[in-house]
Amino acid sequence: MVHLAVPMAETLTFPSLQYRAMAPILIVLGAAVLGVVVEALVPQAARRAVQLAVTLGGLATALVFVVATPGSELGVVAGGTLAIDGPGLFLQMTILVVAIAAMLVVAERRVDPAGDAFAPRASSLVGSGEEQEQTRRGWSQTEVWPLSLFAVGGMLLFVTANDLLILFLALEVMSLPLYLLAGMARRRRLLSQEAAMKYFLLGSFASAFLLYGSAMLFGYAGSLDFAAIADAFRDKPGQLGLQVIGLTLLGAGLLFKAAAVPFHMWAPDVYQGAPTPITGFMAGAVKVAAFGALLRVMYVALGGAAWEWQPAFWVIASVTMLVGVVLAVTSSDIKRMLAYSSVAHAGFLLLGVVAFSTAGLSATMFYLLAYGLTTVGAFAVVMLVRGPSGEAGHLSSWAGLGRTSPVLAGVFALFLLALAGIPLTSGFTAKFGVFAAAIEAGGVWPVIAAVVASAISAFFYLKVIVLMFFARPGPDAPAVVVPSLLTTTAIGVAVVATLLLGVFPQAFLDLASGSTPFLR
Amino acid sequence: MNVYTPILVLGILAFGFALFSVVVAGITGPKRYNRARLDAYECGIQPTPQPMGGGRFPVKYYLVAMSFIIFDIELVFLYPWAVMVDDLGLFGLVAMLVFLTNLIVVYAYEWARGGLEWD
Amino acid sequence: MAVITTGLTILTEGAPNPGEVVAASGTFALAPLLIAIPLASAVVLLLAGRRANAWGHLLGTAASAASAVLGVVLLVAMMGQPEDARTFNQPLWTWIDVGSFSADVALQLDPLSISFVLLVTIVGSLIHVYSVGYMAHDPDRRRFFAYLNLFIAAMLLLVLADNYLLLYVGWEGVGLASYLLIGFWYHKPSAATAAKKAFVVNRVGDFGLSVAIMVMFATMGTFSFAGVNETIAAVDPDTVTWIGLLLLLAACGKSAQFPLQSWLLDAMEGPTPVSALIHAATMVTAGVYLIVRSNAIYDLTQTAQLAVVLVGTITLLMGAIIGTAKDDIKKGLAGSTMSQIGYMVLAAGLGPVGYVFAIFHLLTHGMFKAGLFLGAGSVMHGMNDDVNMRHYGALRAAMVVTWATFGLGFLAIIGIPPFSGFWSKDEIIKAAFAEHTVAGVAALLGAGVTAFYMTRMMAMTFHGKARWEPGVHPHESPAVMTVPMIVLAVGSAFGGLALLFVGNIEEWLAPVVGFEKAAGPIPTSLLIAMTMAVVVVGAVIGWRQYAMRDVPRMAPMQVSWATRAARADLYGDAVNEAVFMRPGQYLTRTLVWTDNKVIDGAVNGTAAGIGGLSARARRWQSGYVRNYALSMLLGAVLVGAALALVRFA
Repeated sequence: MVHLAVPMAETLTFPSLQYRAMAPILIVLGAAVLGVVVEALVPQAARRAVQLAVTLGGLATALVFVVATPGSELGVVAGGTLAIDGPGLFLQMTILVVAIAAMLVVAERRVDPAGDAFAPRASSLVGSGEEQEQTRRGWSQTEVWPLSLFAVGGMLLFVTANDLLILFLALEVMSLPLYLLAGMARRRRLLSQEAAMKYFLLGSFASAFLLYGSAMLFGYAGSLDFAAIADAFRDKPGQLGLQVIGLTLLGAGLLFKAAAVPFHMWAPDVYQGAPTPITGFMAGAVKVAAFGALLRVMYVALGGAAWEWQPAFWVIASVTMLVGVVLAVTSSDIKRMLAYSSVAHAGFLLLGVVAFSTAGLSATMFYLLAYGLTTVGAFAVVMLVRGPSGEAGHLSSWAGLGRTSPVLAGVFALFLLALAGIPLTSGFTAKFGVFAAAIEAGGVWPVIAAVVASAISAFFYLKVIVLMFFARPGPDAPAVVVPSLLTTTAIGVAVVATLLLGVFPQAFLDLASGSTPFLR
Repeated sequence: MNVYTPILVLGILAFGFALFSVVVAGITGPKRYNRARLDAYECGIQPTPQPMGGGRFPVKYYLVAMSFIIFDIELVFLYPWAVMVDDLGLFGLVAMLVFLTNLIVVYAYEWARGGLEWD
Repeated sequence: MAVITTGLTILTEGAPNPGEVVAASGTFALAPLLIAIPLASAVVLLLAGRRANAWGHLLGTAASAASAVLGVVLLVAMMGQPEDARTFNQPLWTWIDVGSFSADVALQLDPLSISFVLLVTIVGSLIHVYSVGYMAHDPDRRRFFAYLNLFIAAMLLLVLADNYLLLYVGWEGVGLASYLLIGFWYHKPSAATAAKKAFVVNRVGDFGLSVAIMVMFATMGTFSFAGVNETIAAVDPDTVTWIGLLLLLAACGKSAQFPLQSWLLDAMEGPTPVSALIHAATMVTAGVYLIVRSNAIYDLTQTAQLAVVLVGTITLLMGAIIGTAKDDIKKGLAGSTMSQIGYMVLAAGLGPVGYVFAIFHLLTHGMFKAGLFLGAGSVMHGMNDDVNMRHYGALRAAMVVTWATFGLGFLAIIGIPPFSGFWSKDEIIKAAFAEHTVAGVAALLGAGVTAFYMTRMMAMTFHGKARWEPGVHPHESPAVMTVPMIVLAVGSAFGGLALLFVGNIEEWLAPVVGFEKAAGPIPTSLLIAMTMAVVVVGAVIGWRQYAMRDVPRMAPMQVSWATRAARADLYGDAVNEAVFMRPGQYLTRTLVWTDNKVIDGAVNGTAAGIGGLSARARRWQSGYVRNYALSMLLGAVLVGAALALVRFA
């Protein structure tokens, strides 16, 4: 018999962990665990306040650590599994800023007569006596906070993962809490639960894609490490089947999270069904994380095969934005419309990814920052406009909002203009960046498709503005909730960012382009 | 002699034991059949289709099952660590403590929120 | 022949020669204030809410007037500079600077832009004053002034931008303001629809501009006016032609030129001061500005120039014909605006012989057309907002000031010397004859038709017999409205003379756009005589038809096909519908059908299930998740196939 343990013991090396570089991830995940402890030990009445403090404190501390990361700490850390580099930090910063804004919206308690946007216990039956009792006692679902923190932790990991295994782990850490969060809406529970179910099923399907693709690439490259895969693409011809299948499946798994056509179908259903603050969180932060990971995988691991995936991805980008905008034109539900709009934006973002250049990288990152904040703001506004049975989802009930609540309607109009890419808003700067990068990379036709898509998209964004300002309020005119300081802050941040990134974007453009390129 | 040989031996032993048990039980055991004995297991999900509307399982069953899996995984991690505890040294100890802390936090959460009470 | 003369003169003294670009300092550094003042006022008015109702209109007017004063100061300062040093550039901040892509927020002040600045601010201020009276009883007067100020700021940004991208910002801004103002009375469904239509049609044009900017960036790596002027000569001629055509498309959308003209007539749903300012004097001429500003591009492409000439010629005739059949006084004037802008576009397409006169006509037109619209507003004010000219007649006695000012505008537009339209229109006809005989003939004919429909309007409104609705008591408007009308009437009367002989507009603009004397086959004096003859014939026919005879109160139904076509705006809407709307609708419907049947089904099922949670609906949903999964799988297979194709091919 051979002794298995002995030869291993001689070569046993411990991974060296760079705690300072990993601090933001550890802080957020630590705060999440702390949140679970709070759930277990703190009485119901005090939980919300404590959780809010833990969550915002954790996220803010992590943000400080990200921003204050010294240049000497940059590098590939944790035994080659994490790349804490310029783009990674920029994306982490974006995720944290968007997440903080989203969490402020999640905390809003004035949106419903019964409290926040979440069911007191997602597990109790809809309309049951049990649920009514919980509502009467004013219970609230404080698990939302640790779940969100876990998701944010996963996102921070996702954008710095430098190894297919960590990438997969991060994807799961990010996704599983989101599946749960999608199913927790207080109103329209069935829609919400259905959304959670769909998201979960399709999400697992996509995870399987990603995992299978990773296996194929491992089979090809003999390593899960991004740098090693890149070397293999450079030095190791042959095994084309493994290359192509691996590339396809890995790409499909990531494009699912990014909501690109043809992996976008979950988005409208889930966006519509999920509690609106969570939708904002998903639309903003998950988009950043998904594209962050996509950028790193495509640029670092699969960069050597760029000529191989670029043509197909140009097509995906073009189709994504066209399908997104065309379907959005006829959406009559505001959240669904924003969901299709998010699909279209995935297409625009893909332009920057496919450009495969430093300019493309920085333009995509800037786009993510701009889009993330605007989206969180837009969904926060959606949350505040409510009819008798919850949010006024149908577009017709937004008619005349400009008359009854001019400020809110004006703010929403600003967000819509930014999403449409009207000059002097962040959306314009962002779009111009990715278009320029794509043109430099030779993607003239995709950019023409993008310009057409932008032109079409203006229709449905402005349709809402027209409704708000040029139509009479209908008989079922919604009531607009006056938000607390929390949501007001979030919306205010989004407004300032939307204008600042549109009129004086240079500092942030410099930040984005100064943080390139990826380390490997 | 290959490193996989012990695994092969273990597999043969397990298969042999299973075969032996079933055969011996069939030969020596009493043969009194009832409804419960014809079920696949004596606990858990009825394998046959359920009528619509009555087709829900108590969600608590999954809690128990999940708890079982969590502790199962704990064991899977603990056992190899215990075997190599000297080699892994302080690093291994700290890593294991972090792992256990996480597990205990979840366990405490489940307990505090009534996850271990059937009713 | 046209080609040779154009080519030759470009090489000689007629070429645009802005001299050195000077960094703006001293007085010229005040240029950003031109935009900032009305913008700040608009923001204050929008944010202050009802608190500002009492003084909002005063602030708005003061802001516009302040810009106008500043504009005059800048003009005087500029005139003090040597001719080859009148282009001032003022970078404000770096807007976007990524990689090789860089865009500055920078203003360019030169003779061309200052001309526009003065037109926009002075006419704008007069219309602000007029609106104080016109909108006196409107509860939303403050909002109206906020939008007007917003418009002024955006329009000034458009003309002061030193690059196409910033121009695009202003371009979108004026579009937005126009949109808001057309739909200002949104409780009228027709106004809301018109606003939407203006927006949709303008998007088609804006699309042209954005693609043109893209192409510029892709080929030249720059889109500043100076940069494009420098590098355009080295660009592939086909690309230059495409840029020219795309810019023309943009101009067509904004300036209501064929085939994107249909929105302007509907835009008359907006308050009349808006029609005067935006849809007559300033915004709709932005297309002309764009073409003239891009003279370096058009000078290199015969094809695009020809297209510009064609568009201008068709529109000037089309607008004039539409003008002859409209009973709505504002729509008649709108047709006339289309037609007059057609003249400008035609002139802009003629190259260096025309650029100056395009701008010259633009300035005179800005004055007399604004005056005419304000006059129309004054008439409507006295007639209980009735716009139908068949209900007017014999208003001269009741509204002497309006009659006199409208009459001066009338004389100016039909081109009676020495009123302003004569000088500018005659030069365009002359230049057109020199370059394209067909265009020249069309321009000449258009002048006759113009005389006809304007005489018709004058006669139906102020002369003949009274055909008033019962209970209508026409009265003159208050002084706050008539004073701006009088000022504009004075401008209509003497503006042309002043610009030509005092302001020396040809030399003033030549450094920016280039200038060359037109040398046509017909002697100038003969041409003037011909034009006069055509105008007099048109006017006499109009007078006989509408002043000497009775005008029926109801529009006659038994009319020729030509009149029917003209009443239906020459079927502009039908064409637009067939070309733009239907294909779009089909595409959307198809996709919607797919969306409904395949995707939405599940959600709709849930909505139904909220009422009566049924097992059927649940089964239905699960089926559709499967569909989603299937589509993901098929998508992955497709992507894989595409990748394999690239890899193995």
